[in-house]
Amino acid sequence: MAEEKRLMKGNDAIGEAAIRAGCTAYFGYPITPQNELTAYMAKNMIDNKRTFIQAESEVAAINMVYGAAATGARAMTSSSSPGISLKQEGISYACGADLPLVVVNVMRSGPGLGGIVPSQADYFQSTRGGGHGDYYHFVLAPKSVQEAADLTYEAFDLADEWRMPAMVLADGLIGQMMEGVVLPEKRDLSKLPKKPWAVGHQGELKRPINHVTSINLVPQELEATVKARFERYAKIKASLQRFEELNIDKSDLVLVAYGTASRIALGALELAKADGINVGLLRPITLWPYPEKRVSELAQQGKRFLVVEMSMGQMVEDVRLAVNGRAQIDFYGRTGGMIPTEDEVYAEIRRILKK
Amino acid sequence: MTEKTFMAGFGGQGIISLGQLWVYCGMKEGLNVTFFPYYGAEKRGGIARANVIVSDKEIASPLVTKPDSAIVMNMDSLPICEEIVKPNGTLLINSSLVKVDPNRKDVKVVKVPCNELAEEIGDVKIANMVMMGALSKVTGAVKLAKLEEVLKSFFPENKHKYIPMNIKAIEAGMNAVK
Repeated sequence: MAEEKRLMKGNDAIGEAAIRAGCTAYFGYPITPQNELTAYMAKNMIDNKRTFIQAESEVAAINMVYGAAATGARAMTSSSSPGISLKQEGISYACGADLPLVVVNVMRSGPGLGGIVPSQADYFQSTRGGGHGDYYHFVLAPKSVQEAADLTYEAFDLADEWRMPAMVLADGLIGQMMEGVVLPEKRDLSKLPKKPWAVGHQGELKRPINHVTSINLVPQELEATVKARFERYAKIKASLQRFEELNIDKSDLVLVAYGTASRIALGALELAKADGINVGLLRPITLWPYPEKRVSELAQQGKRFLVVEMSMGQMVEDVRLAVNGRAQIDFYGRTGGMIPTEDEVYAEIRRILKK
Repeated sequence: MTEKTFMAGFGGQGIISLGQLWVYCGMKEGLNVTFFPYYGAEKRGGIARANVIVSDKEIASPLVTKPDSAIVMNMDSLPICEEIVKPNGTLLINSSLVKVDPNRKDVKVVKVPCNELAEEIGDVKIANMVMMGALSKVTGAVKLAKLEEVLKSFFPENKHKYIPMNIKAIEAGMNAVK
């Protein structure tokens, strides 16, 4: 039976969803606007007799996550943009070692220390491999507190199933806002997926040695490992591109936006509708794998696109790749922590449609 | 029905609690709700602000840029609220602390002496609850029915002794705009 709806802050809901998903080890370092998440884990992981460590730095935290994940724990860290930059080395190592782990980024404005208000300017960093080397990992983009909880919960399953990091890419608005949320059920830790590849407990298990590492100094072998990993990426891209869409059939113009920007795009869509103008909305839920098949189909049908982001234009490049020159693409973005308004986006719609 | 409310006051007046309780009651009445506070780097002081939406439909942007109603709890908040409230919207003003009239003539102005009413009941700290009663009465967006039950589930048990006082404050606010 579904639980009663609760009023929760995004950061708290992410923390509770992680605990319910069976996260047994959390390592973090405080940063606004995700502080409530670290605080939630500090209290509730310990209450649940699980591991919580406030590390001495973000670099330490991600490496603790790496270590815990290598022993088979469901491990997680969270931070906000500047802190996520510091974690990139560890994320690259985890991708190179095929380690499942969960990273939550509650984005704020940048570059550099930037500001503490919401932003979506970490799209490139998240989807293109913010660290070094040939790799990708899951990137899930919630639009609401409910989805922040649901996607965090699911991130642990995806990470384990595909043996790779999964990132939940929220922003300061999702983290700080309160909405109603129905939380998923608490997992029985004894029923989590078995990880025969994990290190530790070798004596009691009497199994052969396992190695979890990203290093391989033999180029032929390393190339084969990376290629095998890319075959896994291809399977994910073929089966797990996820999106939500609205009012597409009736519309020539399709808004493309994720997370908070998609909420604003929805508001603009409703303003347009009230004036008798139809526009559609395509909201990517997975940013990696990007829903490129759907964007491509829509381009083939002759749709044109308006991409709305809280950045100078990053996801718009994935739309361009999927469209491949077949459709017109416009972009509207605000940055530096400025959040576009529904009216601004609607004005852009009218400008494009000359209405 | 969608009611977008902007709430502002000085830090300590309970703007955040007011917004949270308003949406909590809305959620308990079956509405979709969002509450987004302004968050800054200040440790204390400054103007506390909250974007609050209750709706029987899916809520698009959680930001309130053109509020249907705005709550002005102190003098400094008046210019901010007056600038953004939409034409024919409502300004709910705490007349205990705001002694001037707004310049806008295209909005409905509701004055509630929140501090005085709260002090009469017993504590100036519940001035925010007086204002919540007024907001409910004026907008009808959240009915604040079954209040005792809802407040019991919102506040931890050690605060339950304050519930009767809060209910009195909310009712005083409702009656003040009759």
